[in-house]
Amino acid sequence: MSFETFAEFIDMGGHGLYVWLSYAIALVVIVLNIVNPLMQKRQIFTEQARRLRREKQAS
Amino acid sequence: MAEKKWMPRWFYQLASPRWCYQITGKLLPIFAVAALILLVGGTAWALIYAPADYQQGNSFRIIYIHVPSAILAQSCYMMMAVAGAIGLIWKMKVADMVAKACAPIGASIAILALATGAIWGKPTWGAWWVWDARLTSMLILLFLYLGVIALNSAIESEQTAAQATAVLALVGLVNIPIIKYSVDWWNTLHQPATFTLTERPAMAMEMWLPLLVMVIGFYCFFAVVMMLRLRNEIIQRERRSSWVRELISG
Amino acid sequence: MTNHPAEKIAVRDLKVDGPFWGALKRDLLLSYRRKSDLINPLIFFLMVATLFPLGVSPDSVFLAEVAPGVVWVAALLATLLSMDSLFRSDFEDGTLEQLLLSPQPLFMVVLAKVLAHWMLTGLPLTLMAPLLGVMLFLPADGMSGLVLSLLLGTPTLSLVGAIGAALTVGLRKGGVLISLLVLPLYIPVLIFGTASIQAALTGLPVGGYMAILGAMLALGLIMAPLAISAALRISVSG
Repeated sequence: MSFETFAEFIDMGGHGLYVWLSYAIALVVIVLNIVNPLMQKRQIFTEQARRLRREKQAS
Repeated sequence: MAEKKWMPRWFYQLASPRWCYQITGKLLPIFAVAALILLVGGTAWALIYAPADYQQGNSFRIIYIHVPSAILAQSCYMMMAVAGAIGLIWKMKVADMVAKACAPIGASIAILALATGAIWGKPTWGAWWVWDARLTSMLILLFLYLGVIALNSAIESEQTAAQATAVLALVGLVNIPIIKYSVDWWNTLHQPATFTLTERPAMAMEMWLPLLVMVIGFYCFFAVVMMLRLRNEIIQRERRSSWVRELISG
Repeated sequence: MTNHPAEKIAVRDLKVDGPFWGALKRDLLLSYRRKSDLINPLIFFLMVATLFPLGVSPDSVFLAEVAPGVVWVAALLATLLSMDSLFRSDFEDGTLEQLLLSPQPLFMVVLAKVLAHWMLTGLPLTLMAPLLGVMLFLPADGMSGLVLSLLLGTPTLSLVGAIGAALTVGLRKGGVLISLLVLPLYIPVLIFGTASIQAALTGLPVGGYMAILGAMLALGLIMAPLAISAALRISVSG
């Protein structure tokens, strides 16, 4: 453990802003990278399902 | 006429989008769990247990994001170019899809490396941006990614877009060492060697181990996003085939 | 990219009546008939260099310091501006398709086209550079470095730019895209080009810089035509 108290952990020896900002940006980038393809997948599936239904009705 | 097969079996299996979709479906959970454990564990280790640097104090903990993302951004470009080359040479559709999936991931990771580098620069150098050789090379790498993405989205035909971006990625790959060398050299010309971000004489084991964990975690994360994007691309392009129809309606 | 027997480059391709000289003569003649294309990059080059004193400061000490960079950046942008038209007219009237179908090695034809492009933009830019140097108060010591570095650097710019032109030839809005693709690849040439002038200004030997610029040109001569040919085949067939 490098830190004695929780307040020290948040403060990071005066560099809290920089450290936490970096980790926050990393979290945002990682989450966006995961969420984006998942949303895309849902969109593709609904679109293709709609197309299949339409084709079935047409035939 | 049977051609002589001189590549291992899995190489030919990879060429089948359906086989690829199935295998990535099996691999995806493994890598997702690995990435989650490694990244959460690595972050805790990096933030709580790793010792502070005697020169930079706790701002040193940014290295655990900055270095893995910088490494990943470079590897991702390499993978994109190699996949593009495989697509060009063997006309393998899956390789084209892999190359296409690499570009947005690599660009976002390059942005992350740049952002953390800039944030780290503030307490270390006293400025948000310094024309440091590594940061400048990373910025140029981001430009290369943006060029690939722009070219890919400008060409309408999927196949032409894949081939054209593969050529561009390969040209970029040849250029990366030259760019890196010239930027390093330019940097030493314009400013005397100051304190660099990542070149450390010898990193203590308790600092180096969490970094290793984070690097592997980032690679696993890349594998997860890569497979998610690849699967989407496969479904999108194979939408007329019977197995995708069954998959969607079933 | 089939390994067609005719793809192999032979000595006969370099004969005066071979494909290399044929393509070179044709391109030079064509642009001689359209003189505006020849002059426009030069005017652009001059104008960009004029903007700097107007935009920043006419102070001679300051201008002398930034002159190598300004001249090089202006030359780079002027080359880039002319790049879009390299294959476009050939693509539009179908000549490019005929070139790809012909049994002549594409490598030599492409090299000839790039050489013609350089003779009509890079070479005039190089010859005009001392004028800009004088306008930007570049000391006389730097002039030889300026001309020599541009002489070695602009062919590389033409070669690399041609890859971008070949990749975007089938697209309607190629202009901005080319700059996006090609500018990052121009950075090494820019760095060593300006550095050689600065070395010349401070009295340091410029041989090493020229050697590096020459090495980049040699690499470009071998590799770029391959990439350009591949890119042209992709763009035209797609």
